[in-house]
Amino acid sequence: MDVLLKIETDITIQEALDFIHSPACGGEVVFTGKVRNDTKGRAVDKLFYEAYKEMALSEMQKIADDVARQWDIKKLAMLHAVGDKLPGEVAVVVAVSSVHRGIAFDACEYAIDTLKATVPIWKKEFFSDGEVV
Amino acid sequence: MNVMLFGVAKDIAGTARMQLPEGITTAGELKAWLLATYPALQQLKSLMIAVNKAYAADGQAVGATDEIAVIPPVSGG
Repeated sequence: MDVLLKIETDITIQEALDFIHSPACGGEVVFTGKVRNDTKGRAVDKLFYEAYKEMALSEMQKIADDVARQWDIKKLAMLHAVGDKLPGEVAVVVAVSSVHRGIAFDACEYAIDTLKATVPIWKKEFFSDGEVV
Repeated sequence: MNVMLFGVAKDIAGTARMQLPEGITTAGELKAWLLATYPALQQLKSLMIAVNKAYAADGQAVGATDEIAVIPPVSGG
């Protein structure tokens, strides 16, 4: 399985797509996590993402290793943004490709769910009313 | 200064880096010291210690040459 892992200020859906394209793969599944403009009814101006980058990349590699053990996925890309992100901007992209679609959905869901549970990245929410949480 | 703090743990302690306190020899002891020294950390759902870029069990040894991180609940994605 080919793997692209990235934690940078700017990430794009396109670079994940470009990476997972393969003539051998008929199924591509892409999850995109974007910044919402509200949290539980309160308006959000921006998010700030902080990462413990070296460990975060190491935890992302563990997720990739788990994916490779469980499914016949050909390519996996996991990208996470850091720094200030505005509503509508891309915070995270997980993209997988496989010969057929079924396992691609399963692997993509496993990768994003595990990323959110184990990868050392933190967000701060800046609300329009001035509070920061 | 081989202990790094992240996210809300950094805000509560008021610093991004600190020295491993005297007499602390395991990840569990460090966690207990942090919770006692900064009681606001007790409000968090979890507090993990990482040693050399991997999550550490409470019994794992920590020393002055290790890269140690204090990890509050993660919230990526």
